[in-house]
Amino acid sequence: MENQDVFDKVVEILKPFAKNEEALGNISLETSLQKDLEVNSARLVDIVLEIEDSFDIEVSDDDADGVNTVGDAVKLIVAATS
Amino acid sequence: MLTAEEVLDLIPQQPPFRFIDRLVELSESTAVGEYTFRVDENFYQGHFPGNPVTPGVILVETMCQTGLVAMGIYLLGLELPREEVAKTITLFTDAEVEFARVVPPEATVRVTAEKLFWRRRKLKSKVTLTLADGTYVAGGTVSGMGVSREQS
Repeated sequence: MENQDVFDKVVEILKPFAKNEEALGNISLETSLQKDLEVNSARLVDIVLEIEDSFDIEVSDDDADGVNTVGDAVKLIVAATS
Repeated sequence: MLTAEEVLDLIPQQPPFRFIDRLVELSESTAVGEYTFRVDENFYQGHFPGNPVTPGVILVETMCQTGLVAMGIYLLGLELPREEVAKTITLFTDAEVEFARVVPPEATVRVTAEKLFWRRRKLKSKVTLTLADGTYVAGGTVSGMGVSREQS
């Protein structure tokens, strides 16, 4: 799967959880899930589960801890699906 | 592994905000709790004067105390010693619920909770609240996150 396709799918997953509309409108690989999109830690768990379901992968808790930005999520998914 | 009695002891909510009298079933996947609403619960005075009805938010709390707090303590007890479990508190994070009937004072309700997931200290449960005769009252999904009592 191309990085752009993964990015687009990740953005779709993040949409319902993002509290900051402006940050969502300007979303990029550098966007922080917690600081910019204002996703809370409880919702991060939901996001990881949605990523697992959508991409049919398993994300370990250690790997999930390393996801701070949209780019981190894309990188993790690309590595797990390639 | 904690017993039902130990789990009840560790539940931090106390009267007048405790809505669990006993745990009739507790496992890694299921929790069943019961509570009888006392005729003198303080919220009946205002909800509603002369026509007491258990508030929906109290029914949500009742479902959460069995489906999130009790089950969360039990699940945490499978990973940590009792003294560490006691340092954690489950905070309500999100829910989607529906109500079908009202619950009058003195009614005994039963909450049946099934674990949907327990991950990174977040617990999501499918909960159903019924009257003693099995009549469906409310249900949905509730989630909570275990955090250190110091953080909360």
